[in-house]
Amino acid sequence: MRRLRILVAGAIALLHTFSGSAQAALTIEITQGVEGALPIAIVPFAWEGVGTLPEDVSAIVAADLRRSGRFAPLPESDLLARPHEGSQVNFRDWRALGVNNLLIGRVRAMGPNTFVVQFQLFDVFKGAQLAGYSIPTERADLRRTAHHVSDLVYETLTGQRGAFNTRIAYVVALGADAPAGTRYQLQVADADGFAQQTILRSAQPLMSPSWSPDGARLAYVSFENGKPEIFVQDVASGQRESISAYPGINGAPAWSPDGRSLALTLSIKGNPDIYVLDLASRKLRQLTTSFAIDTEPAWSPDGRRIVFTSDRGGKPQIYQVEAAGGRPTRLTFEGEYNARAEYSADGKSICLVNGQGGRYRIGVLDIETGLLRVLTDGVLDESPSFAPNGSMLLYATRDRGRGLLAAVSVDGRVHQRLIPQAGDVREPAWSPFAQR
Amino acid sequence: MNMLTKATPFALAALLLAGCGTTGEVDEPAQPTPLEDRSQPAPEAEAAAPGAQAAGTEQGPEFALRALDDPASPLSRRIFYFEFDSSRLNDRERELIIAHGNFLAANPTLTVTLEGHADERGTREYNIGLGERRALSVRQLLLLTGAQAQQIATISYGEEKPAVLGNDEEAWSLNRRVEIIYAGR
Repeated sequence: MRRLRILVAGAIALLHTFSGSAQAALTIEITQGVEGALPIAIVPFAWEGVGTLPEDVSAIVAADLRRSGRFAPLPESDLLARPHEGSQVNFRDWRALGVNNLLIGRVRAMGPNTFVVQFQLFDVFKGAQLAGYSIPTERADLRRTAHHVSDLVYETLTGQRGAFNTRIAYVVALGADAPAGTRYQLQVADADGFAQQTILRSAQPLMSPSWSPDGARLAYVSFENGKPEIFVQDVASGQRESISAYPGINGAPAWSPDGRSLALTLSIKGNPDIYVLDLASRKLRQLTTSFAIDTEPAWSPDGRRIVFTSDRGGKPQIYQVEAAGGRPTRLTFEGEYNARAEYSADGKSICLVNGQGGRYRIGVLDIETGLLRVLTDGVLDESPSFAPNGSMLLYATRDRGRGLLAAVSVDGRVHQRLIPQAGDVREPAWSPFAQR
Repeated sequence: MNMLTKATPFALAALLLAGCGTTGEVDEPAQPTPLEDRSQPAPEAEAAAPGAQAAGTEQGPEFALRALDDPASPLSRRIFYFEFDSSRLNDRERELIIAHGNFLAANPTLTVTLEGHADERGTREYNIGLGERRALSVRQLLLLTGAQAQQIATISYGEEKPAVLGNDEEAWSLNRRVEIIYAGR
C-alpha cells in the first residue's frame, strides 16, 4: 500500500517534469507597485485530502491579486487566526489588522483526481459575506480554478472582470547570441507565467501571434518554408493550416471580433497593403491602396473599424479606416514614429509604440481627444497587447540586449517584468477571456 | 558513395574550365569572362536545336559564379547598406549593384534572391515592409542594368535575422542591408 502511494507520487512528479507546469517559465517580478493598494487577508485554504495539496490554491490567488497592483495581501506571518469557514471568523480581529477584506476557503478531495474548491470573501467592516462559491474541479485544472477564484474576488471587489484565468502567447528565440544558429519557438503560458507549452518549433523566424476571439486558435507568421506564410493553429490539438502564402509579404494577421476573417498584410501588388481574408471562402478584399507601407492592422471591438500603421505621410503613423472600406484618417501626430496599434476593450483608445528621440515606448492614445500618455520607460519597447479586461498592457522590452516581457497597468502605476528561464522573448499576445 | 556522385559534376566542370583556358579573370574583374564562354556553345547543345541558351545552363553557372570569389571584383561585395528607415541607395551601393546587374545580364541563367533586412528599431512588421522596400529598390536597379525579372526573387526578413548583434549605431548600420544571394552557391 505504502509502496503504491510512493509510485503514484513518482508518476505525478514525472508528469510535472514533462508538462513543465511545476515551474514558471516566466518569473514575474513586480518592479513598481501602487501606493494605496487594498490590503486583504488571505488565509491559506484548508486541505481536506490525503497527502499534500497538489497546487497551493490560496497562494496562487494571493500572487494573482498582488500582481494586479490593486491589492496588498497580508504576509502569512501577520495572520492572527486561520479560519476556514464563516462561523470561525471574528471580524473585530481582522479590523484591528487594518484589512478591508478577508478570503478564506478549503480544498476538499472528492476522489483521487477530483476536488471541490470552496471559498468565502468578507467585508470585515460590514461583517458581511460578499461572495461565496463552491467550484468542482480536477487535478489538471487546479491552477485554472485558482485563477478563477482570483477572477471572482477581483470582480467582486473592483467591479471589473478579472483576467487571471487567461493565457499569453509569445515567441522565444534561442541561441540568439549566434544569429545563424537561432531557433524559434511559439509558446503559450498561463497569464502568471506557469504551465508553459511550446506549440511550434522552427529553425526559421516565427512572428506576430494573434489569438482567435474564442481563444482556441492562434494565427502567426512562419518562415519555415523559406518565405513568410500565415498559419492558423488549434492550440489544444496542434493541428494547423497554411491560410496565406502569396508572393511577397504575408504578415501581421489580426482576427476580426466575430472570428470569421483575418486582416493581414500582403504585398502582391508590389507594396504592403491591408487585406481582409474571409476564412470560410478564402476570398480576399483589399482594404488599403497606398503606395506606402501599410501594415499591422487591428480591429475595433465592434468590428467596424481597423487601425493600421502606414508611412504614407513620410513616417510611420497610425491610421483608422472603416472595416467596410473607405478613406483612412490619421490618428497620431505626436512623435516621429507611431506603430503597432491595438484597440482597448471599449474601443475608445488604442495602445501603440511611440518613437520619440530614438526611444520606442508604449503609449495609450485617447482616440477622441488625441491625448497620448506614454506609460513605459524603455529604449526599445514594442508589441503592446491589452489584457482582455483592459487593466494591463503586456509588451516586449530589452534588458542589456536580452528580450523579455513586461506589463504595465493602463494608469501607468504598476510595472512588472516577466523574466524567461532561457532565450530571448518577444511579441506577446494576451488571450481573450476564457469562455464562460 | 552519395558524396562521390554529387562531386562528379563539379569535377567535370572544373575540367571543362581548365580546357577553356580563359584568361584575364583576375585582371578584369567587372568584365564577366563567362560571357565569352557562353558565346561558344558546346557542340552537343547546338545539336539540340534552338537550345543555344540551354548549353550555358549546363556549365555556365558553375563557371560564372567563380567571378564572385574574386576579392578584387565588386561582385565579391554582396551586401548593400542603407540609412535608417530608408531604402535609398547611395552612390557606392549603386555602383556595386550595377556591377551585379551587368553580371546577371551577361549570365541570364543565373538567378539571385535579394534578402531585405532592417535594424531592430521600430516595430517588427513595419520592418518587414521596410526590408521588402529595400530589396525592391535593389531589384529595380538590377532590372535597369539589364537583369531579367525572372532572375530575381525577393524576400524580407525585417529585423528577424540580424547580421551582427548589438544595440548601437555600429550594429544597426550593419543590419540595415540587402544581401544578394546567388543560387548554386
